[in-house]
Amino acid sequence: MGLADVFFYLFSALTVGSGLMVISARNPVHAVMFLILAFINAAGLFILLGAEFLAMLLVIVYVGAVAVLFLFVVMMLDIDFAELRAGYMKYFPLGALIGFVVLGELVALFGAWNVEKGHRAIPAVPIPDPAKLPNTEAIGRVLYTDYVFYFEAVGIILLTAMIGAIVLTWRQRDVAKRQNVAEQVARTPAMSVEVRKVETGKGI
Amino acid sequence: MATTTTLLGSYNPILPEATLVIGALIMLMAGVFIKKTNATTMTFAAIAVISLAIAFLYLQGDVSGTMFSGSFIMDAFARLMKIVTLSASALAVFMSYDYMARGNLWKYEFPVLILLATAGMMMMISANDLIALYLGIELQSLALYVIAAFNRNSERSSEAGLKYFVLGALASGMLLYGMSLIYGFTGSTGFAKIAASVHETGVSTGIVFGLVFLMVGMVFKISAVPFHMWTPDVYEGSPTTVTTFFAAAPKIAAMAMIVRVLYGAFADIAPQWQQIIVFVSIASMLLGAFAAIGQTNIKRLMAYSSIGHMGFALVGLAAGTESGVRAVILYMIIYAIMTLGSFACILAMRRDEGPVENITDLSGLAKNDLTMAFLLAMLMFSLAGIPPLAGFFAKYYVLLAAVNAKLIPLAIVGVLASVIGAFYYLRIIKIMFFDEAGEPFSVMHGSLRFVLLVSGFAVIGYVGYLAPLEGIAGAAAKSLFQ
Repeated sequence: MGLADVFFYLFSALTVGSGLMVISARNPVHAVMFLILAFINAAGLFILLGAEFLAMLLVIVYVGAVAVLFLFVVMMLDIDFAELRAGYMKYFPLGALIGFVVLGELVALFGAWNVEKGHRAIPAVPIPDPAKLPNTEAIGRVLYTDYVFYFEAVGIILLTAMIGAIVLTWRQRDVAKRQNVAEQVARTPAMSVEVRKVETGKGI
Repeated sequence: MATTTTLLGSYNPILPEATLVIGALIMLMAGVFIKKTNATTMTFAAIAVISLAIAFLYLQGDVSGTMFSGSFIMDAFARLMKIVTLSASALAVFMSYDYMARGNLWKYEFPVLILLATAGMMMMISANDLIALYLGIELQSLALYVIAAFNRNSERSSEAGLKYFVLGALASGMLLYGMSLIYGFTGSTGFAKIAASVHETGVSTGIVFGLVFLMVGMVFKISAVPFHMWTPDVYEGSPTTVTTFFAAAPKIAAMAMIVRVLYGAFADIAPQWQQIIVFVSIASMLLGAFAAIGQTNIKRLMAYSSIGHMGFALVGLAAGTESGVRAVILYMIIYAIMTLGSFACILAMRRDEGPVENITDLSGLAKNDLTMAFLLAMLMFSLAGIPPLAGFFAKYYVLLAAVNAKLIPLAIVGVLASVIGAFYYLRIIKIMFFDEAGEPFSVMHGSLRFVLLVSGFAVIGYVGYLAPLEGIAGAAAKSLFQ
C-alpha cells in the first residue's frame, strides 16, 4: 500500500464520517462545520485523482461561498430544531423500514456487480498528461466544446432559479427608505438649514 | 429554408430551443427596463416567440440526426412532439393574460417563466443522453415550481408550489440514483451506447434497478399512480391559468421523454419495463376513474381526469410496438386539445366577485350560455370517450395496440375504467343541462372563446382530419424505430 492509498483511505473515511456527523449533529452550526470538513476531504480525493483544478473549485466555491452562506442562514434564521425533531420518533419506524429496503437493494446490486478480470476503467474524457496540458485548460477544452450544450443549459437553469427567487420573494415596500440621488443633489441650504438667533439664557 | 441552413449550418436543429431562450432573455430585459409593458404586449410577445420556434421546426423539413456528441437528437418524433408542446404552451399563455390581469396576479416574469419551462420541455423531448434529460427536466421543473406558487397572497398557491417542489426534488433524487446505476452498469450516459451495452449483456440486475429508479423519476412528471399524490393539490392550489399550462404541455413533453428513453435506450429489455408500465397504467386508469367521482372542485376533478388519461396513454406504451407508440402520440395530441378546451371553460367560470371553481357553479349553464354549455358537453363526452368524438379515437388507438400486443387483460381494465370514468363526465353534463340555472357567469373573454371554439370543433370534427393526423403520427412513430 503506497502513500497515495493511505491518503485515499484517510480522506474517504473522513468524508464519510463527517457526512454522518452532518445529519446527526445536534447543533446545526456544528453540522455545517462538518459539511465543510466533508468538502475539504472531497477536495483531497480530487487531488489524489490528479484533478487539482476541481479540488480548488470545491474549496473556493463550496467551502468559501456555499457553506458560509449556509452558516449565515442557519445563524440568522431562528429555527427551533427541537420542534423540528418532535415527530422524529413517530416517523422513525417507517423511515428505518425504507432505509433497510434501500440498503437491501444496494446489497443486491453489489452482489450483481461483476467485475471482469483485468478490467480497465473507461473514462469519458481521460485526464491528459499534466506536464503537457494543464488541468484547467483540459477542462476548458471539453467544457466549451463537447459539453457546451450542458454548460449553456445549466446557465439557463441557474437563471430560472434566480428569476424564481425574485418573483416569489421581492415586494415593493413603502416603508423602506431608498436613496434618491437627484433629490439629495437638489437640496439647497435654504431648504434644510435654518439660522436662528438665540438670546442668551433663553433657549429656543 | 436554404438561408437559415447555410447561416447556422449544423446548428439548425437546435434553433427552436435557442429561439425560446433568447426570446425569454429579451422579454426579461424588456420587463425590467421598459416600464410600459403590460399583460397584453408581453403575452403576445411570448406567443410570437413560440410561433417563431414552431416556424423554425416546421421549416427544418425532415432534418434528423444528433448534435453535441450525441446528447441532442432531432427526428420526426421529436419534431412533432415539440410542435404539439409549443402549441399547447402558446395557447396556455394566450388564455392566461386576461385572468392574470383581472386577478392582480400579472407580473412580466410569468410568460418568461413559461418560455423557459417550454425550453426545458424541448430539451426533454430531444434528450438523447441521461445528462441532457436531467437538465431538461430540471429547467422545466424549476420554472413550474415557481409558477405554481405564483399567487403569493394565497396560502393554497404557496402550498402547491412547496409541495410540488419537495416531491419534485425527491423524484429528481430517484432519477439521479437510477441514472448513476445505469451509468455504472453500462459505462455510458448516452442512449445509443446504453442501448448497445444492454443489447450485449441483456437483462442484468443492475440495469433493471437503474431503470426502475429512472422510471420512478420520469413517471412522477406525468403524474401517474403511484406517483400522483401531488397532482390534485397542485392543480387546485395553483392559479387556474397555471393549472391549464400544467395539464397540457409538460405532460406531452414528459410522455415523449419516457417513450424516447424506453425505446431509445432500453428497447432490448422491453419485457422488463413493460410490466412496470402495465402496472402504472392500470393503477392510474382505476384511480383516475374512482377518485374523481367524489370531487366537488372542478380543478381537482380535472387532476384525477388527467391521471386517468395518462394511464390510458401508457396502455399504448405498454404494447411495445410501433403502432403502440403511434397510439401514444395521437392520445397525447387529442388529450392536449380536449384539456385546453375544458380549461378554457373553467377559466371562464367567473362571476363579478371573482373566479369560482365548484362543479355546482356550472348548474343550469345551458340556460345562461348555450354555446359554452354545448361545447363543454362535447369536450366532456370526448374525455369520456364517446364516438365519434376525438376522445373515442384516442382510446380506440391505445386499446387496439394493446389487443394486438396480446395484452387483453390490460385492454379490459381500460374499457372498464373508461365506463366508470364516464360517470363523472356525464354528471357535469347533467348539471349543466338539467339543474336549476344559477347566477350567470361574466362575459367570456375573447381569448377563451377562441380556444374553446377551436378545441370544440377539433373534437367534434375529428373524423374530418383523422387520416392526415394518423399519417403524421405514424411517420413520427416510425422515426423512433429506425
